Amino acid sequence: MNVLHAIAGLLLLLLLSACTGAQSAFDTGGVEAERVLGMFWIMVVGAAVIWIFVIGLSCYVTRVSPRAVDDRIGIRLIIWGGCVFPTLVLAGLLFWGLGMMPELRRPADGPTIAVSGERFWWRVAYDVEGGPGVVRNLPPGGVPSANEIWLPVGQRSTILLGSPDVIHSFWAPSLAGKMDAIPGRVNRLVMEPTRTGVYNGVCAEFCGEAHAQMGFRVVVVSEQEYAAYVRAQAAPAAVTQGPGVDLFLRNGCAACHSVRGTTADGQIGPDLTHVASRRTIGAGLLPTTPENIAAFIRSTDHVKPGVEMPSFGMLPEAEVTAIAQWLGSLE
Amino acid sequence: MRLFGLYGRTQDTLWTLIAAPAIWGVHFLFSYFYAAYRCAPNADIFASIGGTRIVVGIATVAALVLIGLVFRRAWVEWQAKGGTVRHDRDTAEDREHFLEFSTVLLAALSFVAVAFDVMPVLLIGDCR
Ligand code: HEC
Ligand SMILES: [Cu+2]
Repeated sequence: MNVLHAIAGLLLLLLLSACTGAQSAFDTGGVEAERVLGMFWIMVVGAAVIWIFVIGLSCYVTRVSPRAVDDRIGIRLIIWGGCVFPTLVLAGLLFWGLGMMPELRRPADGPTIAVSGERFWWRVAYDVEGGPGVVRNLPPGGVPSANEIWLPVGQRSTILLGSPDVIHSFWAPSLAGKMDAIPGRVNRLVMEPTRTGVYNGVCAEFCGEAHAQMGFRVVVVSEQEYAAYVRAQAAPAAVTQGPGVDLFLRNGCAACHSVRGTTADGQIGPDLTHVASRRTIGAGLLPTTPENIAAFIRSTDHVKPGVEMPSFGMLPEAEVTAIAQWLGSLE
Repeated sequence: MRLFGLYGRTQDTLWTLIAAPAIWGVHFLFSYFYAAYRCAPNADIFASIGGTRIVVGIATVAALVLIGLVFRRAWVEWQAKGGTVRHDRDTAEDREHFLEFSTVLLAALSFVAVAFDVMPVLLIGDCR
């Protein structure tokens, strides 16, 4: 019995500990997530009431007073309790949920940020000009970044979502509901964070081998900090000369990566101009340290199987270290 | 109900059975295609869809009336023969009753489904 209690306690603890944190829909930091959570609780309570009634009734007729029930009563119960009542409840819930949508998606006055889901990372561009629509791609331009999205607190920011390959889904549970990133159309999600902090996001639509490692961070800061951050991201790289740069260019990294301020202007992979200013590399996978960058370069297909970047395990150790040191200094 | 056949009753077939769900399907496709068509390429998401809502509203009333008629016919014929729910004998008559009863259920389901399908148009007034 004691063992059972301990297991039950442990499970409860695990369950509760899952309710807080940077990636929990129970630990809200945005208007939409708050609405969804409110709705969730009301539905939980409603479901509990219905459940207790149904189970109570079935206990009553099987245990407390087990006798044959008149056919007519049975059919009435099925029609009213099994058809009419659920239909009305569902109609009410649908009406309520749909009624929330226009308000949550109303015009936004904050910045417009383009986010492109690409196998298996998120291309980000701040301050783009353009809007959603079908038969179109994300607007070009903007300040490039990757896998980390900064938002000003208290403002309604527009996230424009697109994809060049397959369908992905952009989901930061603490902030808002999820929205698909679909090739050939641009979807619009409005995020209105209410509290500063760092939140986790994930790709919520299976997109291939490294789908589960396709995360991102959302960093919510004050309006001033946001403006300063975007300004800093727009600037060229901090260090544009040295052995790391030369090795980077010589080994072909520039075919896929840009480092503004150098001649590297590849567009296949994440912009690395300020890679060290971001919390993670590999789309939320590893903390950004020179060691992790080196590991990523040396054994890409081991660290994150399936990515579009070849492993550079054939490079001499010293070269990888030099490149990683340089990239690790690009705040 | 003479309208629907000789002797005041219709021969039920699989076609009469699927009439109501078919109306539901057509209504669903029409509503969603029409709204998408009117909003395409959806560049101006805040454009009002007043006209679309009216057209969908008319289509909805038509669909609900048609489903209502299907329901009424099946209901009347089913009730006329007692309105019982068990029809498991291998006879032409039992098959007929079974089809009538199933039609009643499907028509009711389709009616609710159409009502649910149009709910967005009641609440969402633009191309978002
Ligand atoms: C064929 C194109 C290609 C080449 C060549 C390439 N990369 Fe990459 N790189 C990518 C892609 C794509 C990603 C994104 C991987 C992911 O997370 O899904 C990436 C990710 C990275 C990251 C992590 C960035 C982040 O913010 O997550 C680093 C660091 C990196 N590459 C360094 C290098 C270096 C150094 C070289 C040269 C030795 C190199 N890459 C060569 C395509 C390339
Ligand atoms: Cu994905």
